Order: sequence, then C-alpha cells, then structure tokens
Amino acid sequence: MGNGMIRFFLVLLLFLSSAEYIFSLYEDQVGLMDWHQRYVGKVKHAVFHTQKTGRKRVAVSTEENVVALLDLRHGEIIWRHVLGANDAVDAVDIALGKYVITLSSEGSILRAWSLPDGQMVWGSFLQGSNLSKSLLSLPVNLKANKGNVILVFSKGCLHAVSSIDGEVLWEKDLSAESIEVQQIIRPLGSDMIYAVGFVGSSQFDAYQINAKNGELVKHKSADFPDGFYGDLLLVSSDILVSLDATRTSLVTIDFQKGEIIFKKTHVSDIVDESFGTAVLLPSELSGMFAVRFNTLLVFIKVTIEGKLEVVDKITNAAAVSDALSFSEGQQAFALVEHVDRKILLTMKLVHDWNSDLLKESIAMDLQRGMVQKVFINTYIRTDRSQGFRALIVMEDHSLLLLQQGEIVWSREEGLASVIDVTTSELPVEKKGILVVKVEQSLFEWLKGHVLKLKGTLMLAGPEDIAAIQGMRLKSSEKSKMTRDHNGFWKLLIVLTKAGKLYALHTGDGRVVWSLLLPSLRESGSCKRPTGLSVYQWQVPHHHAMDENPSVLVVGRCRPNWDAPVALSFVDTYTGKELKSMGLIHSCAQVIPLPFTDSTEQRLHLLIDAEKHAHLYPRTSEAIGILQHEFSNIYWYSVEADNGIIRGHVLTSNCIGMVDEYCFTSRELWSIVFPSESEKIIATATRKLNEVVHTQAKAIADQDVMYKYISKNLLFVATSAPKASGEFGMAQPEESCLVVYLIDTVTGRILHRMTHHGSQGPVHAVLSENWVVYHYFNLRAHRYEMSVMEIYDQSWVDNKDVWKLVVGKHNLTSPISLYSRPAVVTKSQSYFFTHSVKAIAVTSTAKGITSKQLLIGTIGDQVLALDKRYLDPRRSLDPTQAEKEEGIIPLTDSLPIIPQSYVTHALNVEGLRGIVTLPAKLESTTLVFAYGVDIFFTRIAPSRTYDSLTEDFSYALLLLTIVALIAAIFVTWIMSERKELQEKWT
Amino acid sequence: MSTFHLLFLLSILFSPTLAFRSDELLIDDEEFGLEGGVQAQPLSPDLVNTRSSPPPATTTKTTRKKYSDTDSDSKIQFLLEHAFGDSEFSSAGTFTARLKTWNHGGQTLTKLRFSRNAFTDLEKEKFQNLLKGDDFYKIRLPSNVLSPPGREYIISSVKARCLPREGLDEHFVIHMEGGNILAVNYGTPGACSHPRQLKLPAKWSFNSHTVLKNSEQAPRAPVFSEDLLGGETGEGEAVKPPERSFWAKYWMYLIPLGLIVMNAITQAMNMAEEPAGGQPSQQGTAVQRGPAAVRRR
Repeated sequence: MGNGMIRFFLVLLLFLSSAEYIFSLYEDQVGLMDWHQRYVGKVKHAVFHTQKTGRKRVAVSTEENVVALLDLRHGEIIWRHVLGANDAVDAVDIALGKYVITLSSEGSILRAWSLPDGQMVWGSFLQGSNLSKSLLSLPVNLKANKGNVILVFSKGCLHAVSSIDGEVLWEKDLSAESIEVQQIIRPLGSDMIYAVGFVGSSQFDAYQINAKNGELVKHKSADFPDGFYGDLLLVSSDILVSLDATRTSLVTIDFQKGEIIFKKTHVSDIVDESFGTAVLLPSELSGMFAVRFNTLLVFIKVTIEGKLEVVDKITNAAAVSDALSFSEGQQAFALVEHVDRKILLTMKLVHDWNSDLLKESIAMDLQRGMVQKVFINTYIRTDRSQGFRALIVMEDHSLLLLQQGEIVWSREEGLASVIDVTTSELPVEKKGILVVKVEQSLFEWLKGHVLKLKGTLMLAGPEDIAAIQGMRLKSSEKSKMTRDHNGFWKLLIVLTKAGKLYALHTGDGRVVWSLLLPSLRESGSCKRPTGLSVYQWQVPHHHAMDENPSVLVVGRCRPNWDAPVALSFVDTYTGKELKSMGLIHSCAQVIPLPFTDSTEQRLHLLIDAEKHAHLYPRTSEAIGILQHEFSNIYWYSVEADNGIIRGHVLTSNCIGMVDEYCFTSRELWSIVFPSESEKIIATATRKLNEVVHTQAKAIADQDVMYKYISKNLLFVATSAPKASGEFGMAQPEESCLVVYLIDTVTGRILHRMTHHGSQGPVHAVLSENWVVYHYFNLRAHRYEMSVMEIYDQSWVDNKDVWKLVVGKHNLTSPISLYSRPAVVTKSQSYFFTHSVKAIAVTSTAKGITSKQLLIGTIGDQVLALDKRYLDPRRSLDPTQAEKEEGIIPLTDSLPIIPQSYVTHALNVEGLRGIVTLPAKLESTTLVFAYGVDIFFTRIAPSRTYDSLTEDFSYALLLLTIVALIAAIFVTWIMSERKELQEKWT
Repeated sequence: MSTFHLLFLLSILFSPTLAFRSDELLIDDEEFGLEGGVQAQPLSPDLVNTRSSPPPATTTKTTRKKYSDTDSDSKIQFLLEHAFGDSEFSSAGTFTARLKTWNHGGQTLTKLRFSRNAFTDLEKEKFQNLLKGDDFYKIRLPSNVLSPPGREYIISSVKARCLPREGLDEHFVIHMEGGNILAVNYGTPGACSHPRQLKLPAKWSFNSHTVLKNSEQAPRAPVFSEDLLGGETGEGEAVKPPERSFWAKYWMYLIPLGLIVMNAITQAMNMAEEPAGGQPSQQGTAVQRGPAAVRRR
C-alpha cells in the first residue's frame, strides 16, 4: 500500500515537473512534435568529387545562395553554407582535390572551403572597379610558387590567386580598355592565358597574358561590323563561336593565329529550314556546340578547317550537359529528351556521334516537369567498364541522381523557396474500422504502455529505452490522414517559387501530394510566371461538408505588377487542379472578403492596376452577397515607392465593359508622406483570421481598460530616405523613424510617433490592439523593440455598474469608424540583442491564451518571447497589485532565455518567414518557419493547461487507481477484522 | 481696461522667456493654438473654432501679443477644396497661418485660422443629394503649404450624413511635418451613429474645429546604470520575492506534522490509559457499549 502511495506521489511529482518546464523541451522530446527538413535550393552548378575511393560527393551551388556538399549515395547534405542574401554564388569548383572554391558577390569574394568538413580555409576579397561578368577557371597544372593558380576574372580585373592560401599573386586591370571579357582560355600546357571579349557591340579583343606574372604579351583587336549578340562560346582551344546581332548568323572566331579571323555562316545555310531566332546553349562540348531554335536543338560541329557541319537535329531535347573527358582523352556528354512520360538519357561521344555510350529511359513523375539541367560523372563498374551517372535538375527545382536507369535518390529542393503558406483541414474520420485492425492495435497499444511503464519505473534497459523513443517518434497517430481531436494534424499547402504546390502533413512533414501548377508554367503567353500567394478558397463546414476544401493560387505572368494574373483552384484532398483561369486583368492586390456563398466558397476581390475590383467566384449568388454589403467594402493601397497610402471604396459596375463582376472604385482618402524626409519601409496589419477573446483588459486597482480593436488598423513605419539603406549611410541626427497607426476606412491617423536617431530595417507585427516593431537605434548602437498599445476611451463610461444593470450602456450599439475616435496609446521601447529576420505572433483558436512573439533571429532560429515583456505598462517598481496582474519590473533590455528557442538546437537556414496557425486545442499554436529549410512545431504559450502531455502514462494512472482501490478494500477488511476483534475482547 | 493693460505689460515682461521656451516645445501639438476663435474650448487648447456663416471669418482683432519672436515669421494661405460625391473639386474655404522658421531650420505652422465659405444654393442642393444617397463629402488640401499643391493633394472624405447636427459640424485634424501636410482627418467632432439617419441641418452654416498635429516623440528605452542592472541578462535581475512569514512558508510541513503529533498524543493517551488500570477502562468500555447495545436492538 505504501508503495502505491509513493508511486502516486511520483506520478504527481512528474506531472508537476512537466508542467513547470513545458516552456522548453527535454532532450528526448526533440522530434516528438516538431520536424525539420534541410534543403539547399535549386542547383545552379554541380562539381563531382569521385576520384578517390572514399566517399563519393558532389559540391553544388544553388539559387538560394547555398554552397553545399552532398553525399552521392543517398543525397544527404554533408555540409552546407548559406551565404548572405546579396552574396550570390557565381561559380563553384574543386581545387587540389581538397578545397571547394566559390566565387560570389558578383565576383568580389573568393572562398575556399575544406572539402571533408566544410570549414572555410581562406577567403579573398578581390578588388575591382566596374561591374562585369565573373569567371572562375582552375587551369590544370598551372603551377606557381604556391600550389595551383586560380584565375578569376571579375569587376574588370583578371586575378591570379594561389589555391593554397588565397593570396592574390598578380592582377591585371583590364577595366580601362572597357572590354567585356567573355572567356578566359588557357591552351593546354602553355604558360599563356587568353582573355577574350567584346568592346562595345561589334569589336572583338583578345589579350594574351603571361600566366606566371600577369604581363600583357599581346593585344589583338578586330572589328566585326555586323555586331555580336549574347555570349562567346569556346568550341576548341582556338575557335570561338558567337551569334551576330541579328541572331540569324553564326560567327566563328579564330584568334590564336596571327590575326583574328571571323567567319560568318548564315543559319539557313546549314540548317535547311529557318526556325526563328537562335540561342547558343552554354554547354561546353569540345569541337561542337548546340544551338536551340524554339523546340529544335541542332548540334553543329566545327571542322579543323573551321567549317560548320550539322551533326544532328533533335526535336524534344530538354538539356545538354558539358563534355566530360574520361579514359584515353575521350569525351562524352549527356543529352536528355522527354518521351511521353519518361525521360531518355543518352550519353554520346563527342567525336563519334553515331554510337551511344548509354541509352536509358527512366519513368518520371509528371509533377516534376521538364529537365532543366544535367551534370554527368563517370565511375568504374564492377566489370571494369565505364559507367555514367547523371545529376538532373527538374523544373520544380528537385534534384535527382540517375544511375543504371533508375532514380537513385531525389531531393525536393523546391521546398527551399517557399513563397506562401496556407492550411487545410484533413478529412473527418469515417466510422466502421475493421475489427482485426483494432485488435492488433490494442495489442500494440498494450505493449507500448507496458514499455512506457517500464520506462517510467526505470526498469527499462537501453534497448527498451531506444524502442520507447522510436515508438514516440513514429507513432502512427502522427501520420494519420484524418482529422484529430486536438486539431494538430493539418495539411500545410505550400506554394514555391517553381510554381509547384505541395501539401505537407503537419504530423511528420511528408509530402502528401504535389502539383506543378499548369497555370504557373512557362507558355507562349506567359513568359516568366511567378506565384504570388495562396488563399483558402473553400473551407467546408456545416452545410457543405461533403465538398473537399480547396485553395486559390494567384500568380502573375511577369514579375511586374501590371502583368496579367493567373488563377488556379486546387482541391486540397486530391491535389488536383479543379479549374484555372488565365485572365486579362492584372492583379495588384487580393482581398479575401469575410463572406462565403452557399457552398462555403469565400468571396475574393482582385484589384487590378487600374483600381478596378473583380469579384470571384463568378456567380450571381456572389454578386448578390456583395451587393448587400456593397457600401461597406473599403480597402487601401500602399505605394511604397511613391510614399502614398490611399483609401478606396467600391462605387459601381465597370463602365464600358460587359463584365458584371467588375466594379469601379473611388479614392476616399490619401496620406502623402513628404518625399524628402519620409519613405515607407514597413507596413503591418492584423491577420484576418485572428480571434480576440475579450475587449476588456482588467488592470490593477480593479480597473478596466478597453482595447481598441479594429480589423482596419494599419501600422506604417517610415524613415528618412537616406537612412533607409544600409547602416552607416546616415548620421543619427539626420535619420528618424516615424511610426503611424492608421485606420484604413477613414484614413485617420490614430497615432503618430517619431523615434529620433533610429532607422530600419523595421520588422513589425500587429495583433489585437498592439503592435511590436524592431528597428535600429543609431544613438545607442543597439537594436530596439518597441511596443505600442492602443486603447479605446469611448467605453470608459461603461464602468458604472448601475448603467449596466439598467441597460443604459452602449456596449451593444454598432461602432462607426466615422465617429471621432477617443483613443489613447501607450508605448515603451526596450533594447534587444539580436537583429531580426522575421517576426510573428502566436495565434490560438479562441484567443484566450496569452501571446508570445516569435522572433526569427539572425542565427536562423525562432525565439519565443512572452508578450508580457513588451508591455508598455511595465514600471521600475510595480505595485503589489500590478505584480499580481503579471507586470514584470522594467528592464532596459529584453531577456533572451536560452530554453525558449522554439527551434531548440536546430537552425532554419535562410529563415524568411514564420507562420502561426491555431490548433483546435486552445492552449496550442502550430508554428511553421520557412527559409532554405522548413521547420514545424507546436508550442503552448501558457503551457498545455487544457490537456495532458502526450507521454502521460495512462497505464500508470490506471495502475495507481487499481492499487488504491485494492488498498481501500484491504484496509476496509482489516478494519472490519480489528473492530470484530475489539468487540470480542 | 486696466487689467488688459496689465496683462499686456506682463506679456511683454515675460516675452523673452516665452520666446526661449518655444524652442523646445517643438514636438507638441500646435502650442500657440487658440487664436481669435469664437468659443474657447477649455479642454483642448489646440482647437481653432470658426463659425462660417454670417461674415466668413469671425476672427476678432484681439490678437494677443503673446511673444515677440526672434525667429522669422511669414503669413501663408492655403485653400480647402471640396467635392460632392464624384464631382470636381471646388473652393470651400481658406486656411491662414503663420509659418515660423526656427533658428535651426525647422518650420512650423502656428496660428492657424480657417474661414469657411458658406454653401451656395447649388452646393446646398448637392449636399442634400449626398445626404439622400448616403454618399461621401470629400475635401482636399495641398500636401505642401509653401508651394501648393505640392506633390499631390491630400484627400479625406466622410459620409455626408455624419456632419449635420444643429448646423454642420466639422472637425479637421491636420497632420503636419514642417511645411508638408501628411494627412488630414476630416469628420464629425462627435459620434456618427451607425445606422446613419437622414437628417437635414437646421442651419446651413459650418461650425469648424481645427487641430494641427505634429509628431510626438517616442519614449526612449530606459537606460539603467550598471549597478542597477546587476548583470547583462534580464533574467538575473528578477526582484526577490518579499520575505514571507514562517507560517506562509512552511504550512505544508507544519500541518502534517501537527496531525502526526496529535495522532501520537492521542495514541499515547490511549496507551497510557490501557495499562493504567482495569476499572476505569472497564467502565469506559461499558459506557461505550451501552449505546451500541441499544443500537443492536
């Protein structure tokens, strides 16, 4: 019995202790409710490293400015570095077999990374004056005093850099000659380097430079009156190919002989039919080159006499690799074609077109789109013959390794460039599960609980502990495809830069379905489509339960904002596109309205460049709903470049158009910031789906304050134009940050405040009646975070209880924003150690739970900071009543508690955004952070007060109850006996 | 009369200090606010009230010489224009103000006065149409008062039905930044109840209130000296909870202890009683059994 009591206390203790530290995680809780996926982004360039017998690896540079080394066997990341946002990688190569060399920042930074572990060995900053193409070349056997020489052309300067320590051996400034260098050529075995390029559009120049010391040996120049178009392509060691200005002729340039010889060949002379303009493919195939005419790919060979000969024409080719030399000086390249649902990978010898080294056809998921790039590598097969593997980059940015006609591994690199996120609920569980399944799961359940019990009682051996951990990590509950009671499992609908839509399960982060949106693919009418945002289109509820939920994806044909819009509607359960619309009007803004039609489709207004509003869905029912609320629809537009904010209202149907779903608007108000002193740098609004539990806020001394809660609040931060750039551009005296709270219906400035000596970048979040923003204080040389809370004074006279009793209050009267608002704002600033990449606030189902700010720090982690720290009412010495209310004594800086990192030990590399979603359970918020990596977790800002933790041992509780009941019986019997005995004595 | 003289003298006497003070009150809302208004609003000194009907500008000549300023001062004027619904803008009144150029180069508007043109019959009709259609009455101001209209006009609108009361009540809040107008908030001075009722004004005269607003300065982050901070992190400086009483601290131990002690005492008493002797205890049991026996029956 005593044992039972002890156990009971143990359970209690355990429970209490877990309640105490729910804020942070235990080591064994990692991965229990969070998941993290690491990516690198769309690969721009790949270099294989497979010479040694050890690990086969490939170094890649990507469009997300990542340099990474991948394991070729499984595609795992061995190491990676995310360079800064404006430190794009221009070229990558491997030097000395042990360094990965990268050239970045428009050719100004050259770095060497140690191949095995990714540590930076050296970095050099290359000086130069003017912008130019950046070229990196690592000539073989070009030795200097210190190891091999790396030749870099950047910023109008040719540099020779030692590969051992990154020292610049010599540099040759060519910027004075105004040459645009296109190629750096070093013929095999010679000590001469040729820098060739164009001066202006019609002059070709070649510089011969001594590779040992950088001395200019010879300079040749020749005019080509027809002019050049595009790049120069090196075909063999002495022949270059380019296009003329009209793009109808090919020009071969022989530059190593005494004089520069141009030879012009009209395209129609060698290719029978003309297929429009030609594009030179940048693939380096020695002695050959490829030209693309729309869909046709023509391989052209350059003979020794310098004549051009067509080798082959291929109609549905997708990509061509560079030539790769393998045994005995033979060179091969890969050609990828699309045939039906398969891709055809062909390896061809450069010098012998008719024989194929390899011909493989591989089934490919249609949702991956076309092959965009291919990189090849050789290996020795078990039978000592030559084998080839190919790394291909697809249209959806995914990276695949092909070998022996199979996909060895694939990486969904599209997820490294998330644009927008929304959610969808999972389907409701259907009744009638098979009995066998239940029995099996019952047994599993029992086994699991026995194991857990062992774990709790510290009886479990190491294997058992491992088994428990494994069980917890992949509990079948987590990947269930049905709605759960707590609302933890949802589908994250993610739109990526490639125009692909992914549905990720929040339980384990797996891709449930993916769809390459046809409306966001390149086509004749839509040249460079970009996805913009995803909206919840239909959220079935009550009377439309049978329909599947769907999302609306908005995209544009070109990056400019007046480009025509492309809409598609996607079913979130099946991942199929329901319908799509390529539209004539543009889209500057999408406004989801708070109205839904009878099938629960949400009404959306798309505002075009002419400020016309277009209503979707295009049904008469939607028009009916809109007409009903017509005069109450206001919106605003921010012209950040212009420094103007305008308010608009709907007026009438478009004139001169038969479209009844189009409406004109009228400008209601405008705020014009003086262009010489203020520039809009940040805006923030409340989330549309935010729920506020109560307007009243009880403060100390039994008083009430009323939050000013308006859906139409806009936060704007402006800064002096001079100070809106980087730090150090402006003195503290000339930079100031002005923040505004604006009512977007009337254009009223509710509050305006100046922070002198401060500047952006500003990151802000607006929620309920407060806004928190982060900026830099130039005077204090520190980052600051400020809070601004706005309270409504017009409710103050409701405090009289008698009025409430008699009913003379105005609590139920409608509020008009046209009334003059009586508001007060409170504000306070605090120092904050980190600079910030993103900022968000937790959101819960009913808005009761206290809020936490989620701050994406410069270290790519997500920090949870209690909103109580950012309370303008904090004072140095709070009274007893204020302390009871939860006011923290004033400090000058905000605390960073290491345990409150939501991402614990992980980094969400290249963090760009944080999205919070409410779970059904009031205490819990789901957090999704994205950047190059994606990370998901759920947090409970006020601890999980409404549920037991997941690892709560029900079996132990049951056991304790049983033990207690048994104890009751035993003691009852004992006492009966004793009483009887006493009676007998 | 004599008091007036006295005041005047006093104001002259204090003028240097006043002029000096004006330098640092820059950030305040329009400090020399009330100037020749008809009714002084004691609650908000920055209000400028004008009654437009009988003579347009009812500003009296009793301008007090409040200060003699060392900074240069010039008079400027800018136009208020209005529109009814979608109509073109037309002149509706004039703002006159003094532009003060401070020694440090900043400029502020002071002594803002407003004279409203009375509605013409046509305008009255238009306004009535607005009232009937619950449409917008729109006004605009230049965005720069020195070189109007500046970059663009500042527009503000209000539902026309919000304005009529006794007469037509209007309220301007003009947000200024130097010589620029950022925004103007135009509306009714009071509430505009939501189901807007159609109500024609009894008098077609405007009762205008004007507020000029400059930016407020944000509170600075509190700076503590090191000793007060007592360390870098905010965590470390949590103020120690006040000393609680002994009972408040240890009640959870004391109560079980007390119970145990009491239990022990009663047991000890029982133990002491039992061996103490047969008779009294016998009696005791007999007494005890008494009612038990009764119960058995």
